[in-house]
Amino acid sequence: MKIHEYQAKALLREFGVPVPRGEVATTPADAKAAAARLGGRVVVKAQVHAGGRGKAGGIKVADDAEGAERAARQILGMRLKSPQTPPGGIEVRSVLVEEASAVARELYLSITLDRARATHVVMASEAGGMDIEEVAARTPDKIIRQWAHPALGIQDFQARRLAYGLGLAGAQFKQAVALIRGLFALYLARDASLAEVNPLVVTKEGRVLALDAKLNFDDNALWRHPAIVALRDVNEEDPLDVEASKYNLNYIKLDGNVGCMVNGAGLAMATMDIVKLAGGEPANFLDVGGGASPEQIENAFRILSSDPSVKAVFINVFGGILRCDRLAAGVIAAIRNLGLRLPVVVRMEGTNVELGRQMLAESGLALTNAADMGDGAKKAVALARG
Amino acid sequence: MSILVDRSTRVVVQGITGREGAFHAARCKEYGTIIVGGVTPGKGGTTHEGFPVWNTVAEAVASEGANCALIFVPPAAAADAIMEAAAAAVPLVVCITEGIPVGDLVKAKHFLAGTSSRLIGANCPGVITPEQAKIGIMPGHIHRAGPVGVVSRSGTLTYEVVGQLTGRSIGQSTCVGIGGDPVNGTSFVDVLRLFNDDPETRAIMMIGEIGGTAEEEAAAFVKAKVKKPIVAFICGQTAPPGRRMGHAGAIIAGGKGTAAEKMKALEDAGATLVRSPADMGATMAKVIGR
Repeated sequence: MKIHEYQAKALLREFGVPVPRGEVATTPADAKAAAARLGGRVVVKAQVHAGGRGKAGGIKVADDAEGAERAARQILGMRLKSPQTPPGGIEVRSVLVEEASAVARELYLSITLDRARATHVVMASEAGGMDIEEVAARTPDKIIRQWAHPALGIQDFQARRLAYGLGLAGAQFKQAVALIRGLFALYLARDASLAEVNPLVVTKEGRVLALDAKLNFDDNALWRHPAIVALRDVNEEDPLDVEASKYNLNYIKLDGNVGCMVNGAGLAMATMDIVKLAGGEPANFLDVGGGASPEQIENAFRILSSDPSVKAVFINVFGGILRCDRLAAGVIAAIRNLGLRLPVVVRMEGTNVELGRQMLAESGLALTNAADMGDGAKKAVALARG
Repeated sequence: MSILVDRSTRVVVQGITGREGAFHAARCKEYGTIIVGGVTPGKGGTTHEGFPVWNTVAEAVASEGANCALIFVPPAAAADAIMEAAAAAVPLVVCITEGIPVGDLVKAKHFLAGTSSRLIGANCPGVITPEQAKIGIMPGHIHRAGPVGVVSRSGTLTYEVVGQLTGRSIGQSTCVGIGGDPVNGTSFVDVLRLFNDDPETRAIMMIGEIGGTAEEEAAAFVKAKVKKPIVAFICGQTAPPGRRMGHAGAIIAGGKGTAAEKMKALEDAGATLVRSPADMGATMAKVIGR
């Protein structure tokens, strides 16, 4: 799960990580009032779940409260488009108004999981403010890494190594060590999957602070963090993704026209692949899961077919826990209840497949049967072309 | 022969009084697996659908000589269940549970490193040695005993490949689902090593997916050590970057973990790559001369 920068900064503050003073605003008048309270120069930053905001015109500096109001009027309501947003962009609904910092140095700091080592890794670099993947690709020696002990976490000597590696000394060194420890404590305590500060800055006054902050959280751990769940902003997500999450369906909308309904994540990915190999484009990823009930199948069908670009549906199920008769019952109910007119190709295999096939045949619905997944993909792609 | 499990494996089911645990314990027993009973804290001394229940894994080991734990415990308590099985010196721990926080798995994996236990999973279909023992949730009837070892990060896609193999009368020595989470107990390399040393496994079918570098590590191992033919398929060739494709581990992050990179690494290591998931069985048939 992703959250906004202003929410991330509030969490950082809670864990003793210094951030610039700032307030969130949803109207130009609020932005003006916030800027007046902060005093002096401010930065007005669009709050969306995507990077590349600066280049997209979503970050503006203002000299005073009136300037902040003007900047907020330009940013609020705009559809911010960056390489990280969907093609249509994301509507900006709030801005963070923050005191402007006099930046002397821009650094980079992040914490994430190192899958290969099966533990958390803290990464720091003097090349702050830049795309870290580019730094990693071009000058990998500019990134310092310290791996946390799986049970004991990051030790002080590791935080010191990182701070020395960033070329810090004196008061800034001490601030950076404390900041690294605070960020790691937050990352662990809240089950974050990514904590990224880019840039981490040293100001001309000699303060070390998190000028930007990005926090992502492990979806599997959200049950133990209701306060994090409360930060979810569904406006940032595709409405169909949100609808699917209500029914515990794994759905991701894509750009094609062949709707796919599959059980299991691996088979669902493989189904997308085979649709593409058959010359078509998948409209979505959809994993109905192992133990889907007929009701869940019906909801999956409704969500999938409510995407107007879907021209044909390909059901590919290898029944293990999910029995083919339950799948058939869900499909029949969905098509009848939704009055669905889309062509549907069904490929079923596995547990209770004979019963499932018989139920579909006796339903009187015009379904296209497929012998295997290759055959199903070809038929679905042909039907989607019309 | 086979790897990891056979008809002598004695299984204790953790979480046997839950809906999934009870259902699958019965299916495994029907298949011929020795299920000695189950563990549910607080229900020790009772029986559940004919299975004896203990409070702790250690009791099941002491009284029945359990040497494999099959875990259906809900995500919040699953890492604890894994550690309990390892502390009871159970050599093989198979965790089916999906949705365990990755931070919990990091700790559990570290805990296991100090023991003699091997973890399969989590978030996996389990392990089956056809016609001997089924320790997991896979449909048993699609399997046949034979010469092909199967290792996969996916569940239903593994059933798909097994269905294609059995459909061509190609049996399997053992099928291992290593799970779809970003941190798992047993890697591709671990299973490839076991298959490579198993005289009855003549060829290996490997199913990978996007995310992480486990397939690249497998490719390096294949190049250095594996003498048996390998057929590989990587799913997620069309997955968009930055989106988690169902499995917590299936995500292309920072331009890394793409299917194309993994396919190239495996092809360079000498594996036969399958482009279409419909051709997995046919490609294996060709490779082993059926």
